Amino acid sequence: MRSLALVVISVVLLAGCGRLEPWVKPYERDRLADPIMSFDRNPVSGSYIDHVHEAREGARGASGSAGGGCGCN
Amino acid sequence: MRSLLILLVVSPVALAGVLPEDRADAMYHYYDGGGIEIDGPSLLARKAVGEKVSVSASYYVDSISSASIDVVTIGASPNGYSEERTQWGVGVDYLRGDTTMSVGFSTSDENDYEADTLSFGISQEIFGGLTTVTLGYGSGADDVSRRGDAQFAGEIDRNSYRFGITQVLTRNLILGFSYEVVADEGYLNNPYRQVRYVDVNDPRGYATQFEVYPETRASNAAAIRARYHLPYRAALSGEYRFYTDDWGIDAHTIELGYVHPYGARWLFDFRYRFYTQTAADFYSDLFPYADAQNFLARDKELSTLQSHGPHFGVTYTILERQGDSPLKSTANLFIDNYFFSYDDFRDLRGSSSSSVGSEPLYDFDAFVLQVFFSLWF
Repeated sequence: MRSLALVVISVVLLAGCGRLEPWVKPYERDRLADPIMSFDRNPVSGSYIDHVHEAREGARGASGSAGGGCGCN
Repeated sequence: MRSLLILLVVSPVALAGVLPEDRADAMYHYYDGGGIEIDGPSLLARKAVGEKVSVSASYYVDSISSASIDVVTIGASPNGYSEERTQWGVGVDYLRGDTTMSVGFSTSDENDYEADTLSFGISQEIFGGLTTVTLGYGSGADDVSRRGDAQFAGEIDRNSYRFGITQVLTRNLILGFSYEVVADEGYLNNPYRQVRYVDVNDPRGYATQFEVYPETRASNAAAIRARYHLPYRAALSGEYRFYTDDWGIDAHTIELGYVHPYGARWLFDFRYRFYTQTAADFYSDLFPYADAQNFLARDKELSTLQSHGPHFGVTYTILERQGDSPLKSTANLFIDNYFFSYDDFRDLRGSSSSSVGSEPLYDFDAFVLQVFFSLWF
């Protein structure tokens, strides 16, 4: 899996060395810059909800949680 | 991993990145579900120091009052217990060109558990800011103790590796992918929980013994997220996460959301989340006899379970940005509901010896409240 990630990133970065132009120009990013388009608009809330889930479910990771103790007995 | 870091650091595509905004949040959080009440404050502040460095600090408290199903049936405290967990964190972000490097430390303390975590991250924008690649590593050390048992001491080493990409696809659509490996080693049990096994000599029809977990656990989680700006000012969001670990748990999470501004000051958030998982290989609600296998668990978080529920949020902008001033503030009220149901974890309250193994399956609802104020400065 690590080597696969290496290949993917290498391809992405090498492509960046070429003439590939950003296809969404900076002046076209007004909607993307709107806070409603943020993946983590309120970090204090996102890390809390991740903690609520991790304490009660078996799964963990790939979510943005800060980690720490459990408090889940 | 090292070669990957080098590749990122020497990437020749470098424009100007940006540091996170200066911001402070003060929250009160409350959880009520399954006989457990937890509440407390959560504070988070971030401030730039010069043009290239941003520092952050966080403080979080869980005040726990628990009479959960585990505690009142096969637990060490039949009348429940209360405890408090306090967590502190600090972090530094350093911006160099389009690369942001970050380091963070957090420490969590409760009367029977201490956890320290050190984390590193590097984030690189490429394609003129259309793509952001992130790598992260976290190292944790936990000390586990057991109330009323001074002889007991356990330790855990935790390592996590994270890789993420966010990609602008169109002027309305952004995608995110993240992948995380977590590897734990040490005393991974809950030191209070016990399993039950059939014992015809016990008036209950079963007897109990402490859980025995493997001393290692490795998990893989991959998630894909998308946000789409609708033709009017509103956004749709979707997320799917797949999780698998070497304890035999596979899990799927799906979340769908919609954000709708109303006027200049109001923002309404709607989400619905679904979660399902299989049980750990060594989980059983009722073992046939004592020491029935090498590893034993009756922790409901390791059972076959489903949860789902809605999120509703409302944000009111108290102070809007004016001119060049960065000042802005919001008040937020978020409510989440969860409906948990278990396929192989039984509710032993009111059980009798004649019903061993056929007690009703357990389920519970949970209510979560977050009230917080945010200030950008």
